[in-house]
Amino acid sequence: MKKLLMATAASALTAGAAFAESHASDVRLGILLSFTGPIESLTPAMGSGAELAVGEVTGNENFLGGASVTPVRGDATCVDAAAATAAAERMITSEGVMGIMGADCSGVTTAVLANVAVPNGVVMISPAATSPALSSAEDNGLFFRTAPSDARQGQVLANVLNEKGISSVAVTYTNNDYGKGFADAFSAAFEETGGEVTLVAAHEDGKADYSAEVGALASAGGDALVVLGYVDQGGAGVIQGALDTGAFDTFAFGDGMIGDALTDAFGSDIDGSFGTAPGSENEGGALFAEMAAEAGIDGTSVYAGESYDAAALILLAMAASGSTDSTEYSGAIMDIANAPGEPILPGELQKALQIIADGGEIDYQGASGVELVGSGEAAGSYAEYTVEGGELKVVGYR
Amino acid sequence: MDLLNAFVALSNFVLIPAIAYGSQLAIGALGVTMVYGILRFSNFAHGDTMAFGTMATIIATWGLQSMGVSLGPLPTALLAIPVGIAACAALVLATDRVVFRFYRAQKVVPVILVIVSIGVMFIYNGITRIILGPDDQRFADGERFIISARDFKEMTGLEEGLAIRTTQGITLVTAVIVVALLFWFLNRTRTGKSMRAYSDNEDLALLSGIDPERVVRVTWLIVAALATIAGVLYGLDKSYKPFTYFQLLLPIFAAAIVGGLGSPLGAIAGGFVIAFSEVAITYAWKKVLEYSLPESLAPEGLVQLLSTDYKFAVSFVILVIVLLFRPTGLFRGKAV
Repeated sequence: MKKLLMATAASALTAGAAFAESHASDVRLGILLSFTGPIESLTPAMGSGAELAVGEVTGNENFLGGASVTPVRGDATCVDAAAATAAAERMITSEGVMGIMGADCSGVTTAVLANVAVPNGVVMISPAATSPALSSAEDNGLFFRTAPSDARQGQVLANVLNEKGISSVAVTYTNNDYGKGFADAFSAAFEETGGEVTLVAAHEDGKADYSAEVGALASAGGDALVVLGYVDQGGAGVIQGALDTGAFDTFAFGDGMIGDALTDAFGSDIDGSFGTAPGSENEGGALFAEMAAEAGIDGTSVYAGESYDAAALILLAMAASGSTDSTEYSGAIMDIANAPGEPILPGELQKALQIIADGGEIDYQGASGVELVGSGEAAGSYAEYTVEGGELKVVGYR
Repeated sequence: MDLLNAFVALSNFVLIPAIAYGSQLAIGALGVTMVYGILRFSNFAHGDTMAFGTMATIIATWGLQSMGVSLGPLPTALLAIPVGIAACAALVLATDRVVFRFYRAQKVVPVILVIVSIGVMFIYNGITRIILGPDDQRFADGERFIISARDFKEMTGLEEGLAIRTTQGITLVTAVIVVALLFWFLNRTRTGKSMRAYSDNEDLALLSGIDPERVVRVTWLIVAALATIAGVLYGLDKSYKPFTYFQLLLPIFAAAIVGGLGSPLGAIAGGFVIAFSEVAITYAWKKVLEYSLPESLAPEGLVQLLSTDYKFAVSFVILVIVLLFRPTGLFRGKAV
C-alpha cells in the first residue's frame, strides 16, 4: 500500500512537472463544436477551419517566442448542455486549454459560458452562436462571437421577403434558444415592415412525424413557410410534410437550414425557395475558400470561415498581449479585430504576427470580414441564397 | 360555403394522417394487449421489440435492394417483413426462455414482471443501437404517392389538395389483413381457442389439458409478428429512428388501456381514439371552418385547441380520464 502511494505521488509529481514545462512552449486551444447532434454535418468543416488558423500560427517565432499551438477537440452536442459543460470543463481542467473556440449552438454556448468559461476565467469565441440573448449575457468580458446576433438576421430575412413581394408567412422554429430567439426577431422585423405572420409554431427535433405541425401551419396559411430550424433534424421533417400535403411550395430558410443536406433531400422540389446565412463578399471569403480547398476542406460551408476567424482572433490576441492568460489577452481582442491597423486576410496570420512583433497595429478582417460591435459580436454580413434547379446558389450579399 | 373544399382539407390534414397513424397504433396496441391478456403483465419492452423487428427488416431490405430485387411501385420492405418477423420472434422467444420463464416459474406478482420488462427494454435498446446505430434510416422506396396534392388539384380543379402516400395506403390495407387474420386465428383455430381459454381462466385451462408453455410460445410468436409489422409500417410511413419507437410506447399503452387491456377489439378502437384525438385536438380548424361556415361566421383566430407541442400530452390526458371513470376501458378489458 505504501509503495503504491509513493508511486502514485511520484507519478503525479512528474506529470505535474511535465505539464508545467509544456505550458511554456505549448499553447492549447480548445475547439468545442457539436461533432455529434443536429448540426453534425456542418461541424467537420468548422473544426478543420479553426485548425487551419492554428496551423498557420504554431511554431512561428513571433508567437510567444515560437510556442507551438495544439488544438484540443471537444464535443458540444448542440442539444445536451450537461455534456457540453462536461466537455468544456475537461478541456480547461485536464487539458489545460488557454482559450476556447466555441461553442456553436446557442443553448450549449450559453450553458458553457455561464458554468465553465466565466467561473474559470477563460476566453470563449463562438463562431456560430447567434441567439440575441447572448448579447446581454453576464460574461466578464470573456465572451465574443464572430457570428452576428439573430436579431440582425431576422431583419435581413424579413427584408428579403419584402423585396420578393411576400406579405404573409407562417413561421416554424426549432424549439430551443436559437430557434425561439430567431423567430421572435424575425416576426418583429417582418410585422414592422407591414407583413403578416399567420402563425409562429415550434417544432421538436428528432420526431418521426410532423404532420400535426404541418397541419396547423397549413391551416394558418401564408404565401411562404419560414423554417428556422436545422437541416439534419426537424426542419427537414417539416418541409417534407409540407411538400407531401401540398401545404406550401415556397420556403424561406434561416442559416441552420442552409446546407447541402437540404438540396440532397429535396432537390428541385423546393425550387424558388430562398434563405439567408452569414457570409460576405469581401475578398477574405474567396481567399479562405481557396485556402481551405487546398487543405481538402469545404471553405464555403456555413461557419467554416467564422471558425477560422475565431481561432485566429484568440491566437493573435495572445500574441498582441504577450500572454496566454485569458484576463490579459481578452482586452486585446477588440483592438485587433477593428480598425485602425493593417487589414489582415486569411492566410496572412504570419504577416500579422510580424506586424505585432514590430509594434504595429492590425485590423483583422479574416474570412468573414470581422468587425466586432457592442459587447463583442460580429456586425454581420449575410449571403442570400436561392434554390435553383435543385442547387443552392448565392445571389447576393446584404 | 364550400363543403367540398372543407372536406378535402379535413381529409388531407386530419382524416388520412389519423387513419394511418391509428392503424399503426392499433397493431402496436394489439401486441401489448395480447401479452397483457395471456401473460398477464404490461410489456414495456414492446416499443423496442418493434424497433428490433424493424431493424431486421431494414437490413433485409438493403440486402434485397443490393441484389436488385424490388416490388415496383411498392416498397421492397414488404418482401423483407418475414425475415424481420423471424428475427424478432427468435429474439422474444430467447428472452422468454432466459428471462420471463424464470419469473413465471416463481409465480411472481405482475408488477415484478413489469420491472423485468423495463430491464429487457434497455437490453433491446442497446442491441438495436449496436447493430444499426441510433440515427435516422430511410428504407422506403417505390412510388411515393398514390395521389399527390398537385395532381389532385389539377384533376378536380379544387382549391385544396389531397395527398395520399403509398405508405398510408399500405398501412391501412395491411392493418385490415392483419386484424382479420388475428381474429380468425383467435376465434376459429384450436390454438387460438386454447389461448383465449388460458387468458380467461388459467386454472380451468390447465385442467382441460392445455399446454401452458405452448400457449406462451404462440403468444410471443404473434406478438413478434404484430410488433414487426407495426414497426415497419410506422417506419415506412414516417421515418425509422430507435428513439422514436421508444417514445411510441406511451400512445400505444394509452390505446391499449383506453380500449381495455386484454381486449383485441379494444386495442384497435383505442388506437384510433388516440390517433384522432392527437391529430384533431392539435389541428388548427380555421381553414376547414372558413370553407364550411357562411362568411359572416368565419373565425378570426386559428381555432386550435392545443398547440402541437402538447401532442403527447393528449395521450396522457385521455389515459387519466379513462382510468378515472372507466378503469376497464371502452371494451371491458381487465382493470389495471
